[in-house]
Amino acid sequence: MISITILYPIKSMWEYTDKVKDLFLNPKNVGEIENPDAVGEVGSIICGDALRLTLKIDKQTNKIIDAKFQTFGCASAIASSSALTELIKGMTLDEALKISNQEIAEFLGGLPSEKMHCSVMGQEALETAVANYRGEKKPIEGEEKIICKCFEVSEDKIRKVAIENHLTTVEEITNYTKAGGGCGSCIPDIEAILKDIWSIKAVPERPLVPKKLTNLQKIALIQDVIEKEIRPLLQADGGDVELIDVEGNKVIIALRAMCVECPMGNVTVKGIEEKLRELVSEDIIVEVG
Amino acid sequence: MKPIYLDNNATTAVAPEVLDEMLPYLRELYGNPSSMHTFGGQLHRKIEEARAKVAALLGAEPEEIIFTSCGTESDNTAIMSGIESYLQKKHIITTRVEHPAVLNFSKHLARKGYRVTFLPVDSKGRLDLGALLKSLDENTAIVSIMYANNETGVIFPIPEISEILRERKILFHTDAIQAVGKIPVDLKKLPVDMLSLSGHKLHAPKGVGALYVRKGTRFYPYIIGGHQERGRRAGTENVASIIGLGKACELARENLEKEVSYLSKLRDKLETALLQCCPDVRINGDTENRLPNTTNISFEYVEGEAILLRLNEYGICASSGSACTSGSLEPSHVLRSMGVPFTAIHGSIRFSLSRYNTETEIDEVITIVPKIIKELRELSPFGKDKISK
Repeated sequence: MISITILYPIKSMWEYTDKVKDLFLNPKNVGEIENPDAVGEVGSIICGDALRLTLKIDKQTNKIIDAKFQTFGCASAIASSSALTELIKGMTLDEALKISNQEIAEFLGGLPSEKMHCSVMGQEALETAVANYRGEKKPIEGEEKIICKCFEVSEDKIRKVAIENHLTTVEEITNYTKAGGGCGSCIPDIEAILKDIWSIKAVPERPLVPKKLTNLQKIALIQDVIEKEIRPLLQADGGDVELIDVEGNKVIIALRAMCVECPMGNVTVKGIEEKLRELVSEDIIVEVG
Repeated sequence: MKPIYLDNNATTAVAPEVLDEMLPYLRELYGNPSSMHTFGGQLHRKIEEARAKVAALLGAEPEEIIFTSCGTESDNTAIMSGIESYLQKKHIITTRVEHPAVLNFSKHLARKGYRVTFLPVDSKGRLDLGALLKSLDENTAIVSIMYANNETGVIFPIPEISEILRERKILFHTDAIQAVGKIPVDLKKLPVDMLSLSGHKLHAPKGVGALYVRKGTRFYPYIIGGHQERGRRAGTENVASIIGLGKACELARENLEKEVSYLSKLRDKLETALLQCCPDVRINGDTENRLPNTTNISFEYVEGEAILLRLNEYGICASSGSACTSGSLEPSHVLRSMGVPFTAIHGSIRFSLSRYNTETEIDEVITIVPKIIKELRELSPFGKDKISK
């Protein structure tokens, strides 16, 4: 039996509502406000979508007089940005901050589930802009715990979005935040966060490896997992790994081929550790020798 | 609105001549070619005629052609046959830019314990023959390298590769699904052992393909059951579609030379005009060795799905390597393997033409695309004169 472990989500680009199509084809409030009172920038061109929101704010009433956006992204990203600016114009900052990503999606008559992250991006841009206006500090780099390194998604964001939208599966988290949608090495972390939030088992327990392995059994199993599970995947991307030594629960490896200079090297090492923890023993620590 | 269909590497229109040939076998002549009675048995001859036409397009012998259900089945069958034929050999070589039919099948075999080498390509999508030579060893069961890339149209040096492998007596399969019918493929001159083709990429219907297996090549069937296809591929023949594929190959053979020059002229016109009219664009892939019908263009600062949906409003059909259109969050593996920057991958559009495209259509596309790109760039926070990162 062939068992393909990667699940390909069904394409849904033609499932947009008329409202999404309309705001994508004829977006409102496009552009940039001159001398804006607040600026909110989220996303990046690398990640595939980004939004720059500029606001004009009445300092007396704290009302948003004008809002404009510039968006790099797909149809739903553009429509979500346009929807956001429509929604917040005329609101006070506090009122605007209460808008949830669900409300942005509802304004659009709904979004395909894989595209919910577009509505989250809108809400985030607003929060960033308001924080910018109020002179609140952005979390300093390194202070936030980044869970998904491919799309730079923090634990805080995953928790916030999960709670606000009642998300219980990794797939939903990926749809709403993109976290877990790249290399996939953070999926166990996302599962742990979900388990922590909802105190439920997000995924069925994996079959447990027998607890007591002899040293020889353990080394053989580590070798086997590296050969069969890890190397083929790395080689597919031009990388490779070599097992150098095993000392107790410490597995010493060396990255080879394209992994050597790859900026994602740390992610790879973490991914190898996760795999070995899953298939050999939970206490394994992987180090580069 | 009649669409302007520039997505012919995804699928093609069934040629009217092909459909005409097929219809009787979907209506009144519905028999089973394996039957003893004339009503069914007479179809056997039609299938053999189709086989001869497919063989003629490839410069092959009819008995070297096996009909399958699609290109993916042909690819999977070829690789599995290589493995079954050389059970003691546990090494497979392919490339990083294959179609998923080969790429994901190879990854699947890697998980089953096979050693798989995925050969890299350079920034123009060209294969490094030195890397191929280095990766060959006595354990190599099969090498599977595509003839031409579906996303960029880049043609690999199959003559050189097949010579290298013949000298070393290593089994060689090529996925020629994008090449057959678009450029000349002559298996009398090419020492390829197995070659896959797909019907719906050359104006035959979907659901039919073929695998060429050179005489004398060890072969193990993938689909096992009845005696059809001389025991090499079980399952009642898709009679009408096989007849359609035969006709499509006949048409391709008759028109190939004419079409190559017609399509490259149209494609070059489109490409040149877009390069002139839109700033910050790049062509992905080696323009020296490319299918005549394909161009892959990156428009910086805009996202592919947005371009496609705006094009859709004008009835223009194309595809993109952007993440949003891939069905996952990962953008095109082909463009990533070439080291195309993410910013350019997200805005990549593939236009692929066919004999049914006209110059009037191309003229229309040339006026619409720059307008769409300009509009979307006005929407974008990125760009040369914009402040954002």
